[in-house]
Amino acid sequence: MIYEVFRQERKGQAFQHAGSITAPNDAFAEAYAREQYGRRQESEALWLVARTALREIHDFPDELQKSYHRVDGYSLKAKLKEARERAGTTAPADR
Amino acid sequence: MTARETEFKDYLQGGGQVETGDWMPDEYRARLVKFIEMHGNSELMGVLPEREWILRAPTLQRKLALTAKVQDEVGHAQLIYRVVEDLGKPREQCLDDLISGVSKFHNVFHYPTKTWGDVGVIAWLVDAAAIISQKALLKCSYAPYARIMKKICWEESFHILHGRDVVLTLVNGTDEQRGLVQEAINRWWGPLMQFHGNPIAAESDPMVEWRIKSQANEDARQQFLDGYVPQIWELGLSVPDPALRKDEETGVWHYSEPDWDELKHVVTGHGPKSQERLDFRRRFRDQEAWVRQAVLTEAA
Amino acid sequence: MRERAQRLLQIADDELVLGWRDSEWTGIAPFLEEDVALSSIAQNEIGHARALYELAARDLGTTADELAFDRAPEEYRCAPFVEVRLMAWADTIARRVLYEAADAIRLDMLKADPDPELAGLAAKMDREEVYHRLHAEMWADRLREEPRFRTAVNALWGQALGVLDAELAAVLAERMPEQLGWTPAAAVPAARDGHSDGFRELWDDMTMVRRSIPGASW
Repeated sequence: MIYEVFRQERKGQAFQHAGSITAPNDAFAEAYAREQYGRRQESEALWLVARTALREIHDFPDELQKSYHRVDGYSLKAKLKEARERAGTTAPADR
Repeated sequence: MTARETEFKDYLQGGGQVETGDWMPDEYRARLVKFIEMHGNSELMGVLPEREWILRAPTLQRKLALTAKVQDEVGHAQLIYRVVEDLGKPREQCLDDLISGVSKFHNVFHYPTKTWGDVGVIAWLVDAAAIISQKALLKCSYAPYARIMKKICWEESFHILHGRDVVLTLVNGTDEQRGLVQEAINRWWGPLMQFHGNPIAAESDPMVEWRIKSQANEDARQQFLDGYVPQIWELGLSVPDPALRKDEETGVWHYSEPDWDELKHVVTGHGPKSQERLDFRRRFRDQEAWVRQAVLTEAA
Repeated sequence: MRERAQRLLQIADDELVLGWRDSEWTGIAPFLEEDVALSSIAQNEIGHARALYELAARDLGTTADELAFDRAPEEYRCAPFVEVRLMAWADTIARRVLYEAADAIRLDMLKADPDPELAGLAAKMDREEVYHRLHAEMWADRLREEPRFRTAVNALWGQALGVLDAELAAVLAERMPEQLGWTPAAAVPAARDGHSDGFRELWDDMTMVRRSIPGASW
């Protein structure tokens, strides 16, 4: 069986995929992951998951203009210019 | 090449990266497998010349360091063969091909080790030559391989220090100990100069075109000479090539033409230790096949 | 002082020689992940030997390396059990399983020793040995029904008992069936004294470089 190994380098950091090992069961997988990814005390912690338990998603459709929930969906320059003209004010930097 | 393949190549040349499940042209996949497999084979075969010296290491510290170094190399083989397996070639098939001589491993691992001097010189200079190539592979377009190269390069950094420590201790020791180092350099210099391969211009190298390799062979060799010849000379040791010199204006090192015939002869399995080492592997592999059956096939 | 040193040397020699034997598998273990794991165990054993030699060295006015390498073969106090070259996996793994069980009992005693240095060192070693025991357990479990493993354990059982003195060997004999999940064939505990045939060859190889230039730094 293939086990995927995720490691956390330092406390507070995210766990990152580090590699994979071959083992017949959890006990062997733990022993082997500990040695491959921690024998120099280089990891704070490891997560082990059987590859068959992992689900992968690649595909994120964006067909119909979803900029409403992203920063690039908001262009305020023109409206701000008009509002300032109406109020007789200038951009903060001009004062 | 099909349009899709051309597009893929352009993508790579623009710095694009490839993951395991991505579509890739057959040629790209085949070249990757062959290249990466040879790397794995080399790590695994590289263990054998050093293994005997673990048993003979003259201090507890050296014994521990050498065991750890060799352990790292086995670990690297594990990382590398996993990458090959995910590209479609199972580990057992890789090992079959290695033992039968169908696939190759780097020239330096076909030669004997004769003294403790070899132990120092291999860890210092052979590992140094290898690290130069490995650092260039950090930019490989195939991301899973580039990622394991990070761990590999990080671990190799201690190997060179260990090698240098062994060499410096010998060089500062008795005349006989100094002699061990010089004699080892004299024997290893030829294979070291052949290690990075014949000069092929980057533009003509398909491996560079596919962004599997990012460094031309000659650039790697020049980098090695630039980094390590001064280190050899500063210890009062010599390099057995009277033509070796650096052109101070161009920065280019000149040297006697390496024996490319020897390189070809050796990597095709005719080196002094090639068959003996492969036979040794075969013997243990066959003997312990029952273990893999009992342990790695599906649980009873 | 010298009495403590003798006790230390006995355990240190066991650990050094077993570590040396286990390190013979480097690069040729049945599969790569196990190769890496076994190498760590071998390194730990040699590291334990080093720590034990260092303590003994202070008592004896010498150095750890001199104790490890510069004694004559007859002066080593390792048990024949650890000296034998076992290059078939079933035998090596059987030895690992049996040795860890015996060593655990020995370490428990040392951890309770009135000598704080000895007890402290034993505690440190034990913390690493936890993982050796897990490794032994996972293999014993996986190979429980494997005839080669059972044959090897039965063949080595007498020597394993001989690593410990009579009192501790009785504890081992009591615990082993539960740890294995089956009972090894009855065996007479082997004597600890003396060396097996292969020891001289091991010593020759182990000390070869060091003897080549006596007194040199390496």
